[in-house]
Amino acid sequence: MFATRNAVKLGARSFSTGATLQSKVAVLGAAGGIGQPLSLLLKANPRVTELGLYDIHNTPGVAADVGHINTLSTVTGYTAKDDGLKKALTGAELVVIPAGVPRKPGMTRDDLFNTNAGIVRDLAKACAETCPEAKLLIISNPVNSTVPIATEVFKKANVYDAKRIFGVTSLDLVRASRFVGEKTGSVGEVPVVGGHAGVTIIPLFSQVPGLQLSDAERDALTHRVQFGGDEVVKAKDGAGSATLSMAYAGARFADSLLRAAAGEDVLEWAFVRTDLFKKEGLEFFSTYVKLDKNGVKEVLPLPSNISAYEQELVQKAIPELKKSEAKGVSFVAGN
Amino acid sequence: MVAVAVLGAAGGIGQPLSLLLKLNANVTKLHLYDIVNVPGVGADISHIATNAEVKSFLGAGQLAQAVSGIDLAIIPAGVPRKPGMTRDDLFKINAGIVKTLVEAIADNSPRAFIAVISNPVNSTVPIAAEVLKAKGVFDPQRLFGVTTLDVVRASRFVRDLRPSADAAALRVPVIGGHSGNTIVPLLSLASTPVDLSAEETKELTHRIQFGGDEVVKAKDGAGSATLSMAYAGARFADSLMRAIKGETVVEPAFISLAADTEGAQEIRQLGAGDLEFFAVPVELGPTGVKRIAPLGGEPSEFERVAIGVAVGALATNIATGVNFVQNA
Repeated sequence: MFATRNAVKLGARSFSTGATLQSKVAVLGAAGGIGQPLSLLLKANPRVTELGLYDIHNTPGVAADVGHINTLSTVTGYTAKDDGLKKALTGAELVVIPAGVPRKPGMTRDDLFNTNAGIVRDLAKACAETCPEAKLLIISNPVNSTVPIATEVFKKANVYDAKRIFGVTSLDLVRASRFVGEKTGSVGEVPVVGGHAGVTIIPLFSQVPGLQLSDAERDALTHRVQFGGDEVVKAKDGAGSATLSMAYAGARFADSLLRAAAGEDVLEWAFVRTDLFKKEGLEFFSTYVKLDKNGVKEVLPLPSNISAYEQELVQKAIPELKKSEAKGVSFVAGN
Repeated sequence: MVAVAVLGAAGGIGQPLSLLLKLNANVTKLHLYDIVNVPGVGADISHIATNAEVKSFLGAGQLAQAVSGIDLAIIPAGVPRKPGMTRDDLFKINAGIVKTLVEAIADNSPRAFIAVISNPVNSTVPIAAEVLKAKGVFDPQRLFGVTTLDVVRASRFVRDLRPSADAAALRVPVIGGHSGNTIVPLLSLASTPVDLSAEETKELTHRIQFGGDEVVKAKDGAGSATLSMAYAGARFADSLMRAIKGETVVEPAFISLAADTEGAQEIRQLGAGDLEFFAVPVELGPTGVKRIAPLGGEPSEFERVAIGVAVGALATNIATGVNFVQNA
């Protein structure tokens, strides 16, 4: 199973993908804990033809380093000097945004809001100006708020297209798959929907064919997936949050978009603009998404046969998601 | 089904290297060892849904466990260069680190393949060999200094000069050692002929030899090559793992020429003389070095001169490493 989801072909000595497609990927926050390994994985991806690495410092060094890898793409590192952000973004097809500060033990993703909201707003502004048609892949937490922030910024600039802004939730999918696999030995895809923080993360174990879990196992696994991020923050003991696994997940989702752009049929899960829960007053939800070269081809509803337990999780998530959404929206309105 | 240990897993190279190894389906066990921070790195990587089971080992007290039951040990541990430093300047610190780590491998997994990244490779590989000899477990076919990055850089830099060249497919043999002018790229023997003027050859050769310095300078005190080194290290590990499974794979490596005394003749006659260690293209197989791959032609006059220069410096570097262990 993993072979089909492998976003990275090491060595890339011969590949038959349409490498003639020009795909520039910009990474904003490229010198950070996630940004560096993410840049490495993107450099190794033969579908990427150009990498623009931006951060407030150290990016020329990261670019010199990663640029020595003998895959197709060219790499340039930029800082704020000399319009660096604009240059990094010019011509970008995808913009991946891991920029911002990570959690320390005891913090929720929401605790990062004050610092990261401003960072994402400013970067989104630059994207709206320089590459309004690029797909935005937002990793910076709290995703449940930073995606609404980016959306408001694009609306203000009159360049908003809901097909092109994504909150990256792939790491929750990866974790769910891993934690189930550790228990059952199988490595299958586990859909995860909702949002990207604590109780808004909803793994749909009911959708994994043949998976049998007792209620206690289901509860424990659900909790573990929801707080998988905390597990790593705790283990790093102040040294940061998930970086390597997040880089992997981000690179994997970027590859999904590149494959879709090359004409493949791709089904993914991501935090996107949807009317699925409009009645409840929600504008964003992570759900099943079909991708094409424009980004979101189709937003799919949740499967009709999710369990009663999972339905309850959805209900519990909604008020949390609404709060985060509102916080993001009013941040842009007031700033 | 390969068990791999990364010694120095929480460092600048170790972290991205560990990530790439976790993504390699051949790895079934991944042991991460370091003196700080490794539980966090292990927890992070363990969340990725691939085959390898990840275990973290923290501190000298857990080193023996870290290197027990492993097939391959990769060693990026140590300190990196700052601007102005040569790889030799790292010697004092890194020599001791490598000695300790290889002693533990010799005691706990004497048949493991050992891939040394810690600089200066020209000296740390001889150190490793001396440690293994002293313990009576030295197998010249199982000890490698990782020089893959020089080969990666060679093909990349050729492409920078000739954009139509397929960098990923181009193979430039790089022989000698792994620092400055001990690095000898054989551009005249590239897998696809590259038309270069004498001036271009000189510049390209210099750029490949000092590619590491380029990154140290660009990082301005923040370190040396980490991401590209992780990539190269992972590529070498992958080649070795495929070779263990039965494939024949050619990779460059800094090895003891005793691994293939017959195959070493070509390189000895070209200038390696009676040096014990030299970087050569290696045909890998299930026992490690299967044989030294023939260069496939005669080096140019320019390259012969470069080999001569390399040999002189290498002899000193090797002796430094050997003496470090013998005088310990």
